[in-house]
Amino acid sequence: MSQTATEGPRSSGPGKPVPRPTPETAFYWEGTKQGELRLQRCGACRQVFFYPRSSCPHCGSTEVPWFVASGRGRLHSYVISHRAAPGFEDEVPYAIALVELEEGPRLMANIVGMPQTPEALVLDMALEVAFEPRGDQMVPVFQPAAGGAASGAGA
Amino acid sequence: MSGGTDRSLRGAVAIVGAAESERIGVVPDRSALELHVESARLALADAGLGIGDIDGVAAAGISPVVVAHALGITPTYVDGTMVGGCSFLVHVRHALAAIAAGLAEVVLITHGESGRSRVGAPPRVFDPASPQGQFEAPYGPVGPPTLFPIGVLRYMQRYGLTHEQLASVAVAQRRWAHQVPRAMFRDLITVEDVLASRMVAYPMHLLECCLVTDGGGALVVTSAARAKAAPGPKPPVYVLGTGEASETPLVSMMEDVTTSKAFRLSSARAFAQAGIGPKDVDHLMIYDAFAHLPIYGLEDLGFVGRGEAGAFIAEGRTSPGGELPLNTNGGGLSYTHTGMYGMFLVQESVRQLRGEAAAQVPGVEVSVAQGVGGMFMAAGTLVLGTEATLSG
Repeated sequence: MSQTATEGPRSSGPGKPVPRPTPETAFYWEGTKQGELRLQRCGACRQVFFYPRSSCPHCGSTEVPWFVASGRGRLHSYVISHRAAPGFEDEVPYAIALVELEEGPRLMANIVGMPQTPEALVLDMALEVAFEPRGDQMVPVFQPAAGGAASGAGA
Repeated sequence: MSGGTDRSLRGAVAIVGAAESERIGVVPDRSALELHVESARLALADAGLGIGDIDGVAAAGISPVVVAHALGITPTYVDGTMVGGCSFLVHVRHALAAIAAGLAEVVLITHGESGRSRVGAPPRVFDPASPQGQFEAPYGPVGPPTLFPIGVLRYMQRYGLTHEQLASVAVAQRRWAHQVPRAMFRDLITVEDVLASRMVAYPMHLLECCLVTDGGGALVVTSAARAKAAPGPKPPVYVLGTGEASETPLVSMMEDVTTSKAFRLSSARAFAQAGIGPKDVDHLMIYDAFAHLPIYGLEDLGFVGRGEAGAFIAEGRTSPGGELPLNTNGGGLSYTHTGMYGMFLVQESVRQLRGEAAAQVPGVEVSVAQGVGGMFMAAGTLVLGTEATLSG
């Protein structure tokens, strides 16, 4: 499978939805501006979780320090939207995906730098994080992992 | 009695009135509130009751205070629980608790939504600081079609579900809708028709997505004792078991995208309270906002094993004449889908148990209605039965 084809231009707006951080998520969004995907690992039960919260959803502990994730993950599932959200008009159809991070949690993301087709988007393919400007924020997205592990090594 | 599965409340209350709005589908001459109010009047008439008999009001989408005031009711109990399209099933469960606790004697539950015409409809608000605004909206979802089915490809990979089997859900339900005059879409369709319809969000085609309609419905719930002491015009439909559960406000945060935790927990509670299992069910309604929901539901409720539901539906076993009549009004895919469709699940279960459904299944004694709220956010389950099931 070729990764050379790039789809329509990825636009940072105008008009794409811009996330608005809250006090409990601000550290996450400060991280994306520095090219870091930050997660929390519970100090009590050691479980990693996403999205950012002030207590651990597994055990309730409020000792939930941050660390920088590897940025590596795998394509868990997706849909390919044939309708455009505001700001996405030049990109339809485009995938809205779930990425399973190496550290365990899943998150939603777009998959960039590759065709937005069922043939190209193979479940379990290796991905790595990238960051896209979006208003005054940087939004994490994922692209095929360097090293060409895009053939879906499987779990 | 963990999780509210108290067996002593089995059959403690009954649905004694049930009605949908006079018209459903495209109803531009009714506001959302009027659809609540009109449905309430019709349900009260169905029960042989008047507004003076009602002391509890529950509603979602519009505050029960607004509905009660519009009708001229001053309630002793209100329930504004709003957990999406299953809210009305949850309202029945809460009405059971309220009636058992003496908070109310006769509870009116209303739904009305101008989902298509948007007349007097609450504005759709978007908050970029909400969890969804921060962690899903930046990736360009365009409403439920681009979010709700996000786990389907993983399900297909894990269990071998085919595109044809997924399409067969819409085909099976259209067979039911073909017999239902009030259904919006009644023409029979084939798997090929479904797969040839416009792609909305791969792998979901247009005919695998629900309708967007106007309509309403209402229920009247009271104690079994009152239903017996002051019988109305229609046979009571007894509430044998109830369940509710919630999982996550974000579909991206589901523990496992191939199964609904809320479906599993909610239905298990309802079956436990009713003291029955899937094999005892004559008729089933599963909220079908999209074609994968009946597949998840059949498995999560225990009607079939993991990965078996696609073939089960494709083989016609939920179609007319099949062993497990499912979504006999045609469902959200063919009958109507106002936005919070759950009310219509209960309406069809009641009709089947009374023997007055358009596509009536012979001999329905036990019906289960399984609702979903949001996108696998929450769930509500009702196990309903005829008087004959009370001794069960």
